[in-house]
Amino acid sequence: MLHRPTSHSAAIGPGPVPSLANPGPALEQQPRHAPQAPSCGSEAFCVDPQALSSSHPRQHTQYPYVTGTSVLGITFKDGVLLACDTLGAYGSTKRYKSFDRLRKVNDVCMVGASGELSDFQYIMRLLEELSDDDFCMDDGHHLKPAEVHSYLTRVLYNRRNKMDPLWNSLVVGGFHSGKPFLGTVGMIGTSYTDAHLATGFGNHLARPLMREKHHPDMSEEEAVALMHECLKVCYYRDKNSINKFQLAKVTKDGVSISEPFALETNWGFKLFQNPAANAVGTW
Amino acid sequence: MATALPVRAQVPAAGQATKQHASWSPYDDNGGTVVAVAGDDYCIVAASTRMSTGYSILTRNKSKILRLNPKCVVASAGMQADMETLHKMLHSRHVTYQFNHRRPMSCPATAQLLSNTLYYKRFFPYYTFNLCAGLDDEGRGAVYTYDAIGSYERVGYGCQGSGKELIQPVLDNQLKAASPLVLPQQQWLSSLPLEQAVDLVKGAFVSAGERDIYTGDDVEILIITKDGIRTDSLQLKRD
Repeated sequence: MLHRPTSHSAAIGPGPVPSLANPGPALEQQPRHAPQAPSCGSEAFCVDPQALSSSHPRQHTQYPYVTGTSVLGITFKDGVLLACDTLGAYGSTKRYKSFDRLRKVNDVCMVGASGELSDFQYIMRLLEELSDDDFCMDDGHHLKPAEVHSYLTRVLYNRRNKMDPLWNSLVVGGFHSGKPFLGTVGMIGTSYTDAHLATGFGNHLARPLMREKHHPDMSEEEAVALMHECLKVCYYRDKNSINKFQLAKVTKDGVSISEPFALETNWGFKLFQNPAANAVGTW
Repeated sequence: MATALPVRAQVPAAGQATKQHASWSPYDDNGGTVVAVAGDDYCIVAASTRMSTGYSILTRNKSKILRLNPKCVVASAGMQADMETLHKMLHSRHVTYQFNHRRPMSCPATAQLLSNTLYYKRFFPYYTFNLCAGLDDEGRGAVYTYDAIGSYERVGYGCQGSGKELIQPVLDNQLKAASPLVLPQQQWLSSLPLEQAVDLVKGAFVSAGERDIYTGDDVEILIITKDGIRTDSLQLKRD
C-alpha cells in the first residue's frame, strides 16, 4: 500500500490527505538542517536554522561583550611581574568583579588578558590542552614562554585571517634559562617582546611611567613598587577599572599569583573636587 | 533646510542603530622605514626599529629584517603581524629549499619566491612593503623592490615604508641614477664607495626621523659583502 502523506493544512484539515488533494508546500519534505536539527518530530531546541542559512555573515564576534581592561607587565632582575584588576565589564557595567585575568600556563609561564573574557577562557582551554599533553608525555618537557607567545600569536593571527577575531590583547610572562620573558599579542596578531608592556589604556597611562622608572636589573621590591604606582595611575584614569588587583610573579621558583588586594587611593585632590576650576565655561 | 541639531540631541531612527563600538579591521599600519642600496660588491640594508600604532609607540626595538643567509635578506615595513607571518613563511621555505638543493637560496631566487608568496595572497594581501636585498650570483649588490601584492623590479637602491616619500628622492638625487628611460639601459649600481653609501643611508634616516613620526628610535644596518653580513646601528631621536 502506498504511503499516504499526512497534512496539517488548514484547507484540508488534519489527517491523511485525500488522493488527489495537494496540500501545498506545507507537506513537501522540509529540508532539515543537517546535524543541528532532529531527524523527526518537532523542531527541538537547536541552533536557529535561520541564522545558519542566513546569507549575512555572522556578526556577533565583531565586537566584545564582557571585557577586561589593561594588563601591565614588567621584567626585573630575576623574573617578571604581571598585574591587572579583576573586573569583567559588560559595556560600562561592572559585571564580574572577581574574574582572574592572570592565569598560570605551567611552571615557567603565565598569561594575562584584556579584551573579551569569554575569548580568553577559550584561549586558556587551548593552552590547558597543550599543558595536559605535556603532562601526559611525562618526559619533563613543557612549553617555554617564547613558545607560548609564538603559539598565541599564531592563534590570534589565524582567527584574524578568518575575519572572526579573538578580541584580546594578551601578555605572556615567563622565566626560563635564567632570563625573564615578556611578550604581548594583539587581536590581529601584532606581537612583540619588550622589557615592559601594557595593553590598552595602560599603553597610554602606565607605559610612560615604566619608560621613566624601569631598568632591567631592578629588584623585586622596586618592581612591585613601580607596578603599584602604574596600577594606581590606571585606576585613577580608567573608568572601566576597579580597585581590586592581582599581581603575578614568575621567577626561577615558578609562578605565583597573589590574592586580590586594593591600593590606597586619594581622591581629595583639589582638582578632583572642582575639576572645572581652571576651565571657564565648563561644569 | 533646518539647521542641524546639536549632536547629543540626535536619536537614531528605529531600525537604524548607530554603531556603539569601534569597528574592526584586519589591517593595521605599524609604520617603519626600510632602505637598501646596492653597490658593485656590497649591499646595504637598513631598517628603523620603531613599531607604532596610531600615535602610540608599541616598542622601540623590533627588527624588520629577516636574514635568510649571508647573501640575502628581506626587509619589510607595514603591518607587523603580516610581516612576521611572511618572514616565517619565507624562512621555512628557505629551510625546505636547503634540504632539497643542499645550498642556500640565491638572492634572485628569493626575490621570485617573495613575489609569488605575496601574489598568492592577492585577494587578502599581506599589508607589507618589502625589499629583498643581497648579492647576486656574480657577487654584485642586488635590491628588489615590491608592492604589497607581488609586483617587483630589480633596482640599484630602494626605499619602502612610512619614510619612503622623504628618503626616496634623496637617494634618487645622491645616487645619481640614470633615468630608466635612457637607452641603452645605464648601469644602476651605486658607484659610491661602501663607507660613503653607509653615511648616505644614515643621513637619510636621520632626516626622515626628523619629520616622520613612525621612523625613529634606532636603525638596524646590515652591510652585506662577499665576506658575510656586518651589522651597524644608528640611534635616532626617541621622540
